[in-house]
Amino acid sequence: MITIDATNMDSRQLNEKIKESIRQGHKEINIINVLGQRFIGNGIQNGGLKITIHGTAGNDLGMFMDGVDIELFGNAQDGVGNTLNSGTICVHGNAGDVVGYAARGGKIFIEKNVGYRVGIHMKEYEENVPIIVVGGSAGSFLGEYMAGGILVVLNIDSPKIMKADAIGTGMHGGKIYIRGDVNVNNIGKEVVILDIDDNDYEILKNILSDYGNKFNFNAVELLKDRFIKLKAISHRPYGNLYAY
Amino acid sequence: MIPALEHIPSGCAAAGIMNKSGVCISGDAIMDMMSVMHSRSNGLGGGFAAYGIYPEIPDYYCLHIMFDNDSAKREVDSLIEENFITERQEKIPTRNIKEIKDPPLLWRYFVLPKPDKLVAKNMDANDFVVRLVMLINTRIPGCYVNSSGKNMGVFKGVGYPEDIGRFFMIEKYSAYIWTAHGRFPTNTPGWWAGAHPFSILDWTVVHNGEISSYGINKRFLETYGYECVLLTDTEVIAYTFDLLVRKHGLPLEIACNVVASKFWKDIELMSEEERKLHTALRMTYGNLLLNGPFAIIVATNNYMMGLNDRIKLRPLVYGKKGDFSYIASEESSIRKIENNLEEVHSLVAGKPLKVEVNKDVCA
Repeated sequence: MITIDATNMDSRQLNEKIKESIRQGHKEINIINVLGQRFIGNGIQNGGLKITIHGTAGNDLGMFMDGVDIELFGNAQDGVGNTLNSGTICVHGNAGDVVGYAARGGKIFIEKNVGYRVGIHMKEYEENVPIIVVGGSAGSFLGEYMAGGILVVLNIDSPKIMKADAIGTGMHGGKIYIRGDVNVNNIGKEVVILDIDDNDYEILKNILSDYGNKFNFNAVELLKDRFIKLKAISHRPYGNLYAY
Repeated sequence: MIPALEHIPSGCAAAGIMNKSGVCISGDAIMDMMSVMHSRSNGLGGGFAAYGIYPEIPDYYCLHIMFDNDSAKREVDSLIEENFITERQEKIPTRNIKEIKDPPLLWRYFVLPKPDKLVAKNMDANDFVVRLVMLINTRIPGCYVNSSGKNMGVFKGVGYPEDIGRFFMIEKYSAYIWTAHGRFPTNTPGWWAGAHPFSILDWTVVHNGEISSYGINKRFLETYGYECVLLTDTEVIAYTFDLLVRKHGLPLEIACNVVASKFWKDIELMSEEERKLHTALRMTYGNLLLNGPFAIIVATNNYMMGLNDRIKLRPLVYGKKGDFSYIASEESSIRKIENNLEEVHSLVAGKPLKVEVNKDVCA
């Protein structure tokens, strides 16, 4: 295990130090005093690598990543897991806007609140199904243009009816599960609100047990509360936009 | 890395610090905040606004003016001589550093309008100063007024914010409100007068974003005597708040409902009374809606306010610890100077976050 002190390092220097540590064969990298450095762990293809970060991670944490296990103790900024391919990103704190932007695999677990447009452009392909779980609240444009993947918002310590607006705007695939409820004026016209069925229950049970392990609490218990599901009405909402 | 291919993560940096009991701090803190966000600017603009920096002469307007050459300055000197009582005029102290190349002449004038001029023109002092600023900016080539408020000043130019700060020696000033900006110009040139903050009287604005409604805003403001000649869209925001709040007397929150108006779909769901208010605002001031993504920090002698566009297309974060309030484009820039925050959260789209200085503090 190697420890990197990020004090006074800019994004490029820190990421070069991470890649150098990988070349030296380290399987565990611990980074301390992180303060706004961006793209930490970006583009790394390495199934067995674990990166632990302490501090406030800069934008695009784990962007283009493929297989690494990143754990951040502190808040993250915008773009966590941008275009994530596989691997897990776990944030013990808040995250900013566009978490999981265009993610196509892997898991992103955020302990507390997130900002706007979380899960925007998420997609899936066969067994590559990205999963984003938010413990607290999420902002407007949640799951905008979603084409696949699973997005779960648990609203722990947050209002039962979400304050977000334009939820699921432009959504044409994937599933959004929300613990609590949404006002019908606050969802995009491309989605419909459904109750969860047994299959959804199973999916959520697996996801929440995994999520609970990361933040050591019994997340599966949350399933006794009301969950709703948002799904796209059609997989081609703009199909006739130009054709007619 | 081939320089041309070097990825420049773009996006302008904005930051602000305020102490609500009026305790003044050195410019070092705001410079630290900006250094964390270095990669948000590209060196074509940096600037600072500081409130409370001229306590020994708080009742005079302090004009920070930049000149291309001496002849431009002579013209302004005679204009000021004719219309103002000048308590003091001096070169703004600067430090020669290699990062800041061929700066313009930089002077400041502590002035008050001559009473007889006000009577003759039947204008109050503020309007008179605004008129002078517009006159200098448009009629006298090669000179621009950077700020014209009382007990405050703007220090800006072409360069990274940290270098502009060292050039103007802002560590030597003490202020109870600081705002700062690092520029990544999108569709307008980087030049000395085009750097942020933009200021009129004691209003200052730093802005990360693009105002696509600039043309409409500019035309509307010109009918009220504001001349937009600084080739940067942000300019209209400073004049808009001056017009709405100072001239038309709208409360700040209402003015924010003009620049970031409610959507019609939300107005329809409002109570009768609210619906009337927001419909009237949109009908009367439709030309002052700021369209496009923006995150702005507006400051005056009395408060600092953060505001995002209605659909949150730019980041802006608020942090608090004791009497200090912080606003910045990135949380890490706040944590650089205060990591033990009582409160830290992102601003809500279209909703102003205003922090006021205690009444007994300011001019």
